[in-house]
Formats: sequence, C-alpha cells, structure tokens
Amino acid sequence: MTAQTVVTPAAGRQRRWNTAWLLLLPGGLWLTAFFVVPLFQLVATSLYDPSGSEELGYAMTWSWSNYGDAIDFYTGPLVRGFGYAAVATLLCLVIGYPLAYAIAFKAGRWKNLMLILVIAPFFTSFLVRTLAWKLILSDNGFVVGVAKTLGLVADDGRLLATGVAVVAGLTYNFLPFMVLPLYASLEKIDHRLIEAAGDLYASPVQGFRRVTLPLSMPGVIAGTLLTFIPSTGDFINAQLLGDTTTTMIGNVIQSRFEVGDYPAAAALSVTLMVLIVILVSVYIRRAGTEELL
Amino acid sequence: MSNRRRPLYTPDRRLALPVTRRRVLGGMSAGALALASGGVLSACGTEGASQTEASCDSDDLSAEEKDVIWSNWPAYIDPIQQDDSTLSQFEQQSGISVEYNDDVNDNSDFYGKVRNQLGACESTGRDMFTLTDWMAAKMIGLGWLQELDKDNLPQVQANLIENLRSPSWDPDRKYSVPWQSGLTGIAYNADLTGEIKSFEEMVTNPEYKGKITLLSEMQDTMIFFLRMVGADPADFTDDEWGEALDRLQEVKDSGQVRQFTGNEYRQDLAQGNIVACEAWSGDVIQLQFDNPAIKFVAPEEGMALWSDNSLVPNKAEHKANAEKLMDFYYDPVVAAELAAWVNYICPVQGAKEAMTKIDPSLADNVLIFPDDALLADTYDFKALSPEEEQQYQDDFARVIGG
Repeated sequence: MTAQTVVTPAAGRQRRWNTAWLLLLPGGLWLTAFFVVPLFQLVATSLYDPSGSEELGYAMTWSWSNYGDAIDFYTGPLVRGFGYAAVATLLCLVIGYPLAYAIAFKAGRWKNLMLILVIAPFFTSFLVRTLAWKLILSDNGFVVGVAKTLGLVADDGRLLATGVAVVAGLTYNFLPFMVLPLYASLEKIDHRLIEAAGDLYASPVQGFRRVTLPLSMPGVIAGTLLTFIPSTGDFINAQLLGDTTTTMIGNVIQSRFEVGDYPAAAALSVTLMVLIVILVSVYIRRAGTEELL
Repeated sequence: MSNRRRPLYTPDRRLALPVTRRRVLGGMSAGALALASGGVLSACGTEGASQTEASCDSDDLSAEEKDVIWSNWPAYIDPIQQDDSTLSQFEQQSGISVEYNDDVNDNSDFYGKVRNQLGACESTGRDMFTLTDWMAAKMIGLGWLQELDKDNLPQVQANLIENLRSPSWDPDRKYSVPWQSGLTGIAYNADLTGEIKSFEEMVTNPEYKGKITLLSEMQDTMIFFLRMVGADPADFTDDEWGEALDRLQEVKDSGQVRQFTGNEYRQDLAQGNIVACEAWSGDVIQLQFDNPAIKFVAPEEGMALWSDNSLVPNKAEHKANAEKLMDFYYDPVVAAELAAWVNYICPVQGAKEAMTKIDPSLADNVLIFPDDALLADTYDFKALSPEEEQQYQDDFARVIGG
C-alpha cells in the first residue's frame, strides 16, 4: 500500500521531466547546429596559424597573437565602427523618440497608417534603399546643391563618400528598429499616471521626465541595442556611402575574409563580439534593466 | 539617477555565498566544458587542397557521351535560345549538346563553390568553366585543372592572337584557352574634364581630388603603381613592390581616391560623382551607348591586358567535348558573331575581317579589335605561387582597407 502511494508522484515527476527535455530538444538542436558549432569554428579559426592559407591548409597553433596583430593594425576601423554606430544610435533616438511618442499618443486614427509607414521601407531591400541614398546625395544632386547654397557644404565639398553620409545611412537604415520598441513601450503607458502627475502640479516637462520617460526606458534600451549592435558590424553603408577613410570594422572583416585571411577575419569578429557583449552588459546594468540579460 | 535600480549583485554578496553542492557541481561542469572546448578547438585545422596529376586522375567519356556542361559569366555570350546562336550552331555541327550555365558572378565566389570538391579530387559536375587569369593561375598552381590536348584545338593554335599566347602563369597555354579579353585603363567623363593622359596624373592632380576611383582587384591596380615606380609588373623585386605600395598608400592618404571599387564605378561615372577612374574596357563600351562623353584611354604607363579563360577541371568527364567547344569559337566568323554581342576584346585573329560584314563600326573599335600599337604597350602581372599570391593580396588589402 505505502509503496504504491510513493511511486505514483515520482513517476509523474519523471514524465514531466521527459516532456520538458523533449520540448527543449528542437530549439537545442537548432542552436547547437547553427550557433554553438559555428561559434566554436569561429574561435578555432581565430587561433589558426596565420601563415597558413586555404590552399596549404591551416594548422591549429593557438596563435593568440592573431588578436593583438589584428587589433593593433585595425584600431582605426574598430574605433570608427563603434563611433559611427554610437552617433547613429543617438540620432535614431533623437529622431525616433518624438516620432514614436506622436504615434503612440497623438496619432489617433492615423496610428496604424503611421506604423505601416515606418515599416514600409522594409518591403524593399536594404541594398536598394542604400543605393537610393547614393542618388539622393550625389555630387551634382539637389541635396548637395541646396546644402552648398546654404553654406552647409563647402563649394568644392561633397556629402556622398564622407563619414556624414555613412552615419546618415546607418541612421536611416536602423531607425525603424528604434521606433518600434519605443512605440511598444510608450503605447503601454497608463494615461492616468500622466494625468495624476498633472493633478499633483507637475508641469508637462516634469511629468514627462518623472513619469513617461522612466516608464518608456525598456523601449529606449531595446531600441538602442537593436540599433547599436547591428550598426557596429555593418559594412554596406560604409561601402556604398563612404570613401577610403571611412572604413568600418565590418568592412575590414569582410575584406579580410575575401582575400582568404580567415584567422584575422575571425579574430576581428570575436573581438567585435566580445566588445559588444561587454559594452551592452555594462549599459544594461547601469540602466537597471538586468532582466534583459 | 535615484529612480534607477541598483545592481543586484554587489561583490560582497557574491563572496558571502555559501559553498553548496550545487555551486561546486556547477563550477566543475564549467571547468569540464572549458577543457572539452580546448580539446575540440585543438582538433580543428584544415587540410591543404593541392592536387597533382598523380593524386587526381580523370577519365574522359566524351566518345560515349555527347554532352558538355559549361559555367560562364552572365551576359558573356550571344543569346543562346535563338536557333542561329553560336551555341546552337555548335550543337548542330558537332552533335554535342551543351548545358550552359551562367553561374560565375565573381571569381572568388565561384572558387568557393568548387573549392571543396576540387580540393578533395571530386567532380564539380562541370566540364568547363571560364575564369579570369589570376584565378586560373591559382587553380593551375593547385593542380585542379586538366591539361588540354592541343590536337583537339587546331583553330586555337592557328588563330589565337600573339599577345595572349604565352601569359606568365601558363606560358604554353597548356591548361587554358582565352574566352574573351579586356583591357584595364582609364575611363573619364569628357563633359567634366579634359583628357587624362597618364595614370600618374589621375592619382596626383589635385583637381581630381576625391573625384576618382581605383579598382579593388589587386593585380589590376598594382600593375599601374608598379609601372609608376618604373618596375615591370611581370618581373619585379620586393623593393619595387614595397615602393609601389608606398605610392599607393601616399595616394590613398592624400584623399585623392574616393573609393576602391568593383564595377560599381559605372554608376558613379555616369552620374558625374567621379570624373575619371580605373576601368575595364568592356564596361566603357557599354557606358558609351548611353553617354558618348565617356571615354576610354590608354594611359602613358600602358594598360593591363587580361583574359577570361576556358578551363577543364579535374574529374570533368567530357574533356574532349569541351575542347571541341573551345575550338569552335576560334573560327573567325563565329568569334565575330560573339564579339558583336559581348563587346570585349576578341582573342581571335581574322575575326576583324569577319566583323566588317556584321557591323563595320564595331570592326573599327580598338577596344574590341585593338591594333598592334595598343597591344604593344600592355602588361600582365607576374605568375604567383600560392604563398606569394596570399602575401601580395594581403599587402594590398592592408593599404586599401586600413
């Protein structure tokens, strides 16, 4: 009698465990095949003997010096990658916050239409949109002409093939990634809280600073991360809109890869990944949203 | 700041955590994982991919199977669907059916497609493909190509133009037959600037600052820089190479070069974003159809003459059929029909005469049928071993990408 009552719940627990593992299995296998294995491969490649080549084969020699050499040689593009991405993220925030705010609180019946307009550019390819910017900013085009008349660009100056164009391209391409999370978190805010702030004699500015902004912080964090991380590694914008002095780290990784210098390409990729993880962890801790980690 | 939450974990709390069974087990498994990772990593590494005739032997089934599978670049042949196309003519004449694929978009990409098979001496499923000199040279160096039988190539032997008969990387044309050739020189927009006579002028004249582009292909661009320091691109010393690289660095640092490009220079030149650039002849002819102000010039330093070459990879089963196909295109009449479509340099002697019957204006175009004077001043890059190739590519990429 007693034996039976003990066995039944234990068996039930066992079965629950099995179900949990089974449910994890597809995701786990997927991650192993397409994340863990490539990650190992990447780290391994970054430690190959740099004197090898695809033709002669690569030997695993634990060449940690690949990292030092690559970082040393490509400090410029590395710093530029982070710098451009930071400026673009900031611009996205400055442009995206009012936009998301307007859509969430002021758009009324236009809300859905405005959201669609934010997403609409995704229906055409990233490359085509960036190439379109080449036309917009072209040396003999309207934009540069106006900027010259206004004295914003020197008479013999240009916009295309400059750092300004690269940052503008990044900002443009990643803006929706900022607007959508901001909108999602602004939209959830309970209006009564803002009204309550007003009732308690907070000016609109104070109300925004003390109520709306803190409540929208998850959106700000998510938006800045979704903008900053991909733009740091981006190479399309610098390649199409930049010149020879605006190379970002993504361009270097891509060109190292193309000439078959896999160890350097891998070492730079791992470096980029580690730096981003560190920066993002610090940022999230400071912003107080650890649950995202 | 006050409304932000403090970090959850302070160092003190962490230190104060008791040593529990769970933590010890956790620590042990993390250690084991690290060790295992190290083991997995040290087992990594890749094999070399070189083959030799002894290590990779191929059978030719051409006598029994009248097929040939060919990979070529897009828009590099007259429209094949038409009944009177050169390819249909070949099929009717020879009884060999051709499976034509335009799946070569880029030498490096294509290399990636066939690398695993050829490195392991397996069939690529192709009997013939068409690749640019430097990539053909690389594949010869790796032992990935089959030697061609000259007895099957009588028209090639008779009609191949003199300048292309012995490139540095395949002096006897044992492995390769040129498909089409082209020149690398300077293109400029005559609406925006006067004639540019030399490469040196293009890369140093302050008037063109930020208004020119160079090619990101190492051989193409370095041929000119080697010529600028007075070296012979087919035979130069390490010092001369270093000097040429320094010149390139200087030019890059001065802000003269707007970008290093593939053939994207076409849009920039057409839109007037750049006034001049290093360019490929076939592109320029096509641009001229839309904008006659675009001109192609042979700079004083000379020009680079290159070819895309038909090659037969190891384990291709229809080598003799592929050779017949290559030879067919060395009939001057066929070559002229092809050249009328693709606008690159026709490597076949006698095709110019045949072209006068098709389109006399094209027959007079020196970029399709260059005269001897033009060809006398052309250069190619020296043949490179895989190690040198890697080194030179690396040096170049560091300058243009740093």
